[in-house]
Amino acid sequence: MHNKTIAELSQSLAQGAFSSVELTQAYLERIERFDGQINSYITVAADEALAAAKQADAQIKAGTAGILTGIPLAQKDIFCTNGIKTTCGSKMLDNFISPYDATVISHFKQAGAVMLGKTNMDEFAMGSSNETSFYGAVKNPWDLDAVPGGSSGGSAAVVAARLAPASTGTDTGGSIRQPAALCGITGLKPTYGRVSRYGMIAFASSLDQAGPMARTAEDCALMMNVMAGFDDKDSTSIAREVPDYSVTLNQSLAGLKIGLPKEYFAEGLDNDVAGAVQAAIEAYKKLGAKVVEISLPNTGLSVPAYYVVAPAECSSNLSRFDGVRFGYRCDNPKDLEDLYKRSRGEGFGAEVKRRIMVGAYVLSAGYYDAYYIKAQKARQLISQDFKRAFEKVDVIMGPTSPTVAFNLGEKIDDPITMYLSDAYTIATNLAGLPGLSVPCGFVGQRPVGLQIIGNYFDEARLLNVAHQYQQHTDWHARAPEAFR
Amino acid sequence: MQWEVVIGLEIHAQLATKSKIFSAASTAYGAAPNSQACAVDLGLPGVLPVFNKEALRMAVKFGLANGCDITRRSVFARKNYFYPDLPKGYQISQMDHPIVAKGELEIELEDGSTKIIGITRAHLEEDAGKSLHEDFHGMTGIDLNRAGTPLLEIVSEPDMRSAKEAVAYMKKIHSLVQYLEICDGNMQEGSFRCDANVSIRPKGQQEYGTRAELKNINSFRFVERAINVEVERQIDVLEGGAKVVQETRLYDADKNETRSMRSKEEAFDYRYFPDPDLLPVEIDDAYIEAIRATLPELPDAKKMRFIDEYNLKAEDANTLTSDRGLADFFEAVVKTGGDTKLSANWVISELLGALNKGSMGLAESPVTAEMLGDMIKRIKDNTISGKIAKQVFAAMWEDEGDADAIIEAKGLKQVTDSGAIEKIVDEVLANNPAQVEQYRGGNEKILGFFVGQVMKASQGKANPGQVNQLLSAKLKD
Repeated sequence: MHNKTIAELSQSLAQGAFSSVELTQAYLERIERFDGQINSYITVAADEALAAAKQADAQIKAGTAGILTGIPLAQKDIFCTNGIKTTCGSKMLDNFISPYDATVISHFKQAGAVMLGKTNMDEFAMGSSNETSFYGAVKNPWDLDAVPGGSSGGSAAVVAARLAPASTGTDTGGSIRQPAALCGITGLKPTYGRVSRYGMIAFASSLDQAGPMARTAEDCALMMNVMAGFDDKDSTSIAREVPDYSVTLNQSLAGLKIGLPKEYFAEGLDNDVAGAVQAAIEAYKKLGAKVVEISLPNTGLSVPAYYVVAPAECSSNLSRFDGVRFGYRCDNPKDLEDLYKRSRGEGFGAEVKRRIMVGAYVLSAGYYDAYYIKAQKARQLISQDFKRAFEKVDVIMGPTSPTVAFNLGEKIDDPITMYLSDAYTIATNLAGLPGLSVPCGFVGQRPVGLQIIGNYFDEARLLNVAHQYQQHTDWHARAPEAFR
Repeated sequence: MQWEVVIGLEIHAQLATKSKIFSAASTAYGAAPNSQACAVDLGLPGVLPVFNKEALRMAVKFGLANGCDITRRSVFARKNYFYPDLPKGYQISQMDHPIVAKGELEIELEDGSTKIIGITRAHLEEDAGKSLHEDFHGMTGIDLNRAGTPLLEIVSEPDMRSAKEAVAYMKKIHSLVQYLEICDGNMQEGSFRCDANVSIRPKGQQEYGTRAELKNINSFRFVERAINVEVERQIDVLEGGAKVVQETRLYDADKNETRSMRSKEEAFDYRYFPDPDLLPVEIDDAYIEAIRATLPELPDAKKMRFIDEYNLKAEDANTLTSDRGLADFFEAVVKTGGDTKLSANWVISELLGALNKGSMGLAESPVTAEMLGDMIKRIKDNTISGKIAKQVFAAMWEDEGDADAIIEAKGLKQVTDSGAIEKIVDEVLANNPAQVEQYRGGNEKILGFFVGQVMKASQGKANPGQVNQLLSAKLKD
C-alpha cells in the first residue's frame, strides 16, 4: 500500500480494503525500518498518529469521512504542533513544545488526516541541501551519497522513500521545488498569501509560503483543497475564494501558451538537466501546447536581491530566540548580555548566524538605502518582468534547479555556490508567484525537475498542466530501488 | 549669558481599546502577572500580528481633533532591539509613514496669553512588558500583560520655551485625549507619560543646542521639575566651559536630579524596516469623514460656548472645560438648577473642593449633578440661603438624602415671615445699644455685625435680604 497515491489510498480506505490504523501502522513500520538510512524524520509521533487513525476509521465507518480522512502525512518541522516537539531543525528549539497548532496543521486535523511525524529540514529553513539541520543531514533516497535538497529536504525524502504518501513543505526561495526536483517528487509553492503562515515559524515573512509535496499533481491538488484559504490570524493571507483544485486537473492543454525564459537556459545550467527539460517541453507540444521564447531580463538580480531581503527579515524574525521565554538557554549566564550572547551563539548553527549577521548589516544605519531599499527596487523589476511575460503566455517553464542533486558535503563550505542552486526558483518568491516542480527525467540515478511558474492564484492551472504531463509520463511513479 | 530653553515632548498615550493592538488579549490594568499575555504577546514561534482597527480609529480621531494631516497609507515598521520585556526582539511601531502627520495645538499660559505648539506626528505602536527587579533575589521578573497595549506616541515640534509651557502643552493633550475618549489619562497606571527633549542656546541664536532626552516622566509636577533641573545642569555645563553631550537621561524624583542612561555612542541602531507581517494601512476619505462626524465638542470650543452661553468668566470656563466629565456635570447642574453663575460657583468651589479633599474623582462624587441642581433651585426660590446651602451640601455629601429631604428633616427652611424676622431684629437692636449708637454716629460698616447677630439668633434661617432691609430701616429711625 505504500506505493499508492493519496487519491488511491482514499479510495481503498473508503472501500474498506484496509483501515487507517493498518495503513498508519504500515508507514510507521517502514519509517522504523528505513529512516535510519536517510534521517528524514526529526520526530515520529507514533502514538498520536495511531490515535488519530483510530478516530479516522470511526469517521470512515460513520460515513462522515472526507478525502483526506485517515491519510497519513508528514509535516515539515517548521509548523507548530500542539503538544508535539517543533524544532525548526535547530538546537535552539530542541526543547520546544508548541502550545498551539499552526493553521495548516489544524486544517489537516479537521480534514481527518493523520500526522506521522515531523520532517527534517535545514535549520530555520536556511539551506538548499538539508545539511544545516541540527539533527544531521538527510540523504537522498535515490542516491545515499547525494543531498535531498532543502530546506524541505526531509519532506521530499519521506515521499521519495515511501515513508509517507505526502508531506508539507515551505518555500522561501525554492525550499519546496528544489528538494522536490532533487528527490523526484511533485511540489507546489502557492501564491504568496494563498496558504496561512500562522504557526509556521518565520524565516523571511514576505517570501515564506507553505505548500504540498507529494508524488503526483493530483495529490497536491487534494492537499491544496485543505491548505489554502484566508486566515484571519495572518494579515498577509488573502481573502479570495479557494477553487476545488481537483476538478480542473483533466482540462485539455490544447492551445496552452508556454513561455521559455532564455535566461533559464543560459550559462550555469547542466547539459543533461537541460536535455531532460527540453524533452518535457516536447511532450507538452504533443499535448497541444504552444511554446514561445520569452525574456525575464532581471533574472540576474534575483539571487543578490534575495540574499538581502531574506537575511534582513530573518535577522529580525529570529530575535525572539533570546533564551528568555522558550527554547535553548545557555548554562549559568552571568548577566543579561551573557545570556543573549551565549544562548544565541550556542543555539544557532553557522548558516543561521551568517544570515542574521548579513541581515543586521543590510538594515543598519547608513547601509539600509544601499542594500535593503535597492533590493526592494530589484524586487519590483523582477515582478514587472513576470507581469510582462504573463501578458503573452499562460505558464513559464524551465529547470527547477541548474543541476541534479549534488553530493553531501560538496557545497556546504561554499555558501555562494550553494545559493546559486536556487537561481531559478528565487524570482518567483520575490514576485509572490506560484511555482511547481514535476519530475521529468534522470541524470544517472538522480532525478530532474521541471519547473512550471504561473500567474498569481493560478495554482489550479499549474496543477492541471502538471497532471496532464503525469498522465503521459511515468517519472513521478518511479521509486528508488532500495525503498520500493 | 541669557539662555533660551528649547523643549520638545514625546507623549505616550495608551489607547483605551479593549484588546491589544495586535492580539485579542485584554488590556485591562492590574491583572495577575502574565495572565493577559496570549501566544502573540509572548512572541511564540510562528505567531503573527493582526492590527486592531479600533486603535486606528482612535489615532485618526486624535489627528482630526488637532487639524493634523491623516496619512492615507501608513506603514508599520519594526524597531529592533533586545530587552527581556520585549518578547519578539522588536517593537512594532511606525517610522516613515505615521498615521498622523503635521498639525498644531494652542496652549494657554498662566498670564492668559496663548501660544501655538506644532505637532510633528503621532504614530501607533505597541507597548513593551514590564521588568520587575524587586522581590526576585537578584533576578528579574517579566510581566508581559502590558506587552502589545496600543500606544499613540505624539511628537511635538521643539516649540516650548519653558517648563511651564511644556506642562501646559502636556495638560492640554491630557485633557484632549480624555475628551476624545481614546485614553483614560491615568498617569499613576502609566496610561499617559512623556519623554522630554531639552536643550538650551544663547538667546537670539538660531540653531539649537545639543539636547538631552529625559525618559518616561509620568506626572505634570515631575515634568516641570525634571526640565528645570536639567536646564540648570546644562547651564552649569556650558558656563563651566564644557559641552552638553547628546544622551538619554533619567529623572530621579527622590533626588530631584537627572542621570545619564546612555550616550549617543551607546544608542541602539534600531534597524527599522517595514514589518512584512502587516500590510500598509490604507484608509480613504469616507473613513476619515465618518470619524470626523463622531468628534465631540472640543475643549476650546466648549470653553467659548460656556463664556457666551452661560456668561461665565474665562477662568471659570477654563476650569469647567478642563475635563469633559466636569463640563457635562456642570451643564447638568445648570439644566436642573437654572442659575448658571450659582452652578459654576458651586461646582468649582464646593464640589471640586470636596472631591480634592477626599482625593476622589468626579465619578465617585456622592452628590450628583441633579442633586446639586435641585439644591441650587432652593437657593434661587429663597427656601434656603447660600450659607444654609453649605450645610445642605455637606449633608448630601454624607449620603443623607437629597436637598429637599435634608431641608425638611433638619428644619433648615429659610424664615421669610417678616414679622418673625422683625422680632429678632428688635431683640438684637435692644441687646446692643452701644453698637446702635456707633451706627447712628456714622459707622455704617457695623451693619454687618447686626446682620451676623440676627442670622445667628435665627440659626441662619432668616432671609438675609429681608434682614438687611429691616435693619437698615430700623437703624435709620
